[in-house]
Amino acid sequence: MQVSQIIPPQLRPQRGHQSAISRMHLGNRQLAQAVSLAVVAIVMTPIAFVIIRAFGAGQEGIDYLLKARNLQIVANSLALMLATTILASAIGIPFAWLTSRSDLPWRRVWLVLGLLAMVVPSYLTAVTFTEAFGPKGMLQALLEPLGVERLPNIKGFFGATLTLTVVTFPYILLPVRAALLHSDRSLEEAGQSLGLDRWQVFRRVTLPQLRPALTAGMLMTALYCLSDFGAVAVMRFNAFTRAIFVQTESYRMDKASVLALVLIGLTLMLLLVHSHMQHRGRHYRIGTGAARELQRVSLGVWRFPALLFCFCVVFVSVAVPLLVLLSWLIGRSISNPVNVPISELLQNTVAVSAVAALVVTMAAMPLALLAMRKDSRVNRWLVNLAYTGNVLPGIVIALALVFFASQNLLSLYQTLPLLIVGYAIRYLPFSISATQSALEQINPRYEEAARSLGLSAGEALIRITVPLARGGILAGSALVFLNVMKELPTTLILRPIGFRTFATRIWSAYDEAFLSSIALPGFALIVVSAVALAIILRREDTAH
Amino acid sequence: MELSLHTENLTKRYNGEQPAVEDVSLQLRTGEFLTILGPSGGGKTTTLRLLAGFERPSSGLIQIGEAIVADDSHFTPPEKRRVGMVFQDYALFPHLNVAENIAFGLSGHSKDSRMQVQRMLSLVGLTLFADRMPHELSGGQQQRVALARALAPNPDILLLDEPFSNLDTGLRAQVRSDVRNILLETETSAVFVTHDQNEALSLSDEIAVIFEGKLLQVATPHIIYNRPINSQVAHFIGEANFLPGEAQGLTATSPIGRVKLFHPKRGPVQLMIRPEALHVNFAEEGLAASVLWREFYGHYQRLGLALEDGTELIARTGVDRFFQRGDRTWVSLALPALAFDANGESEP
Repeated sequence: MQVSQIIPPQLRPQRGHQSAISRMHLGNRQLAQAVSLAVVAIVMTPIAFVIIRAFGAGQEGIDYLLKARNLQIVANSLALMLATTILASAIGIPFAWLTSRSDLPWRRVWLVLGLLAMVVPSYLTAVTFTEAFGPKGMLQALLEPLGVERLPNIKGFFGATLTLTVVTFPYILLPVRAALLHSDRSLEEAGQSLGLDRWQVFRRVTLPQLRPALTAGMLMTALYCLSDFGAVAVMRFNAFTRAIFVQTESYRMDKASVLALVLIGLTLMLLLVHSHMQHRGRHYRIGTGAARELQRVSLGVWRFPALLFCFCVVFVSVAVPLLVLLSWLIGRSISNPVNVPISELLQNTVAVSAVAALVVTMAAMPLALLAMRKDSRVNRWLVNLAYTGNVLPGIVIALALVFFASQNLLSLYQTLPLLIVGYAIRYLPFSISATQSALEQINPRYEEAARSLGLSAGEALIRITVPLARGGILAGSALVFLNVMKELPTTLILRPIGFRTFATRIWSAYDEAFLSSIALPGFALIVVSAVALAIILRREDTAH
Repeated sequence: MELSLHTENLTKRYNGEQPAVEDVSLQLRTGEFLTILGPSGGGKTTTLRLLAGFERPSSGLIQIGEAIVADDSHFTPPEKRRVGMVFQDYALFPHLNVAENIAFGLSGHSKDSRMQVQRMLSLVGLTLFADRMPHELSGGQQQRVALARALAPNPDILLLDEPFSNLDTGLRAQVRSDVRNILLETETSAVFVTHDQNEALSLSDEIAVIFEGKLLQVATPHIIYNRPINSQVAHFIGEANFLPGEAQGLTATSPIGRVKLFHPKRGPVQLMIRPEALHVNFAEEGLAASVLWREFYGHYQRLGLALEDGTELIARTGVDRFFQRGDRTWVSLALPALAFDANGESEP
């Protein structure tokens, strides 16, 4: 998978905008602008509603916020975010280095298995971890002969951190690995020729070059922690998203809005810190790929601890969830009174994800065209606003839509179109980003050649640009599909009554403690997600 | 004489910066080949893109054939201009094969358009390559497909942006004369941008020299080479000796004695003397000079000469005589010299 598909474009190293001038007159700008404006209006309205609502709460809201319990929520969220980001980096950086720059055996296999961790949704990982590592869990069964009577309760801070670390370390792994592969080998050779040993070269030459990629990955991880609902809900750790969910469930909209506003504030603060850091580290930007084959470092005897490390990471992040699911599948003893055929779940999940992916891809097209041009302040603002969904936790978007619909568009409340809108707001940036980078890779001369051969701007777009960008656009759709399928809080809050997907089925089975009913939808979800991921990965292979 | 292209005071400014192109007025007669020559970043490509319609002029007028395609009130988009374009990197559509690329600008799948593709393929000698994809072709072949694609819809003028710069030196001369012959055969009027003066001198009917967005001189290659309008053009085109002198009408005194001038001038001047205008001999004609160095090119040789007063000259001579470092020779001037006055102008 390319870094470009994981990291939102505003965090990516800037490209030269050599195409900005040349594309000025191409394409039907007014139309693109009008459609973009409509899309951005749909994205912004519900969120504006939440913000107004939160401020409307006034003094009451402030009093509520300052309650000790709520201050505790802020502290919890921050602690979770910090611990996870540090741990994910501690795993992600060595994993990236081993799979890109060392002679570790089966590098490709470890990489793909490591990326599979992204396919398993956080709530599923969390649920299986409670079974595996919790009291009376599998680990304890293994340890009992050794005299371990009872494992400490995994739920709470420890469980949430463990789950999120396992789920997010690929967000560090991917950009860091890409930076390692593309870093300038001659700089390292210069370091060596100046008398630095291998470790010094890594610390003083390689690591500084990785900084932009690492900070981008850490930001992604931190944003993920703030916005994740599944892990904290399962682990019963009182972070923001869980608190907002509880308030929303009981229709205490003012309180939910106040919490959401603070969460939005925290998110914006993170982005500000990052943009400041990025500004300072500007000259460390990743250059274009090095021409020469990177020299792999021979691990020697260190190969064995390295293999053990990779094995442990992959075992905990991928094998444990799968093994637990398998054990539930084999030993499904307690029958769940609510029997939902797996075919219905599959149909619902795939259909709703496919429609969402299609809608998002269509909506992203005009915005990607505007983003590529960057020629006016209006366009830049439209694109930036469209990216809002990227930094807003799914739970906040869902909350915003529930408010908005229940007060203004009651006929849309708890309908499929509103659910699709919720997904679209959240995942629009993925598609804009993928489409934009696919479009940017196309030589602008192709479009000009088509124009000089008598095609209008629109015809050139359809006959030249879109066919050439198809692969990238498709990969963007697959990414949206993958994420929508896993999405829990948006689906839980916005779905029509009785509409079940893999995600909601897993959630309710967990909630009602029918763990064995999780097995089948869990497996199915992982398999379908892996297929989507394979499409994205194959795109990377053909692109290089 | 019928004009294919006419521009008046064409100017392009990007957000208040120094204009990239300023007051460029050009004419191209039908069937002729005009080269825009100048250093990199001098506004050549911008001029070409203005003609093609990829950029909108800040002011000025462009007329192609009978139609005004850009002026203060009106702007014709590129697809309505009947202009063919050959790009520096060819920009062949990577998802279409050779025949499909060539057919791209033709309407529909009619018999006519199929025949036109066949005509173009045989014109550029690629009939056997119709089904190849662009990446399967060599640089020279891609170049010819790009040319065929641009010519297929019978454009009123053809624009070529540094079309030979991506080719190997060995290939370049061959492709250059191929292109020239194809354009002659199809009687196409063409505007061609380059920074390579040899290309410009050998290919063009007329050359327009552009420096820093301004048009300095438009003339035939012969005039551009022999009578550059000012010292900027003189320094850019070809090799020359520049000597200080004092002009008195049609003659001037200089370190190589009294020389004749093309144009009358008075006062201190700079004299431009082309290396081949110097006659180098052992017959004691002219001023004594010693040979400092020699470079042998097969069909000519370059000599570095030092006069007795220390003035150094570069001369280019045939290979009928053999010179060696240290030889004592004599030089004389065979042709009138061009003099640039204090303003750098050569015309009276």
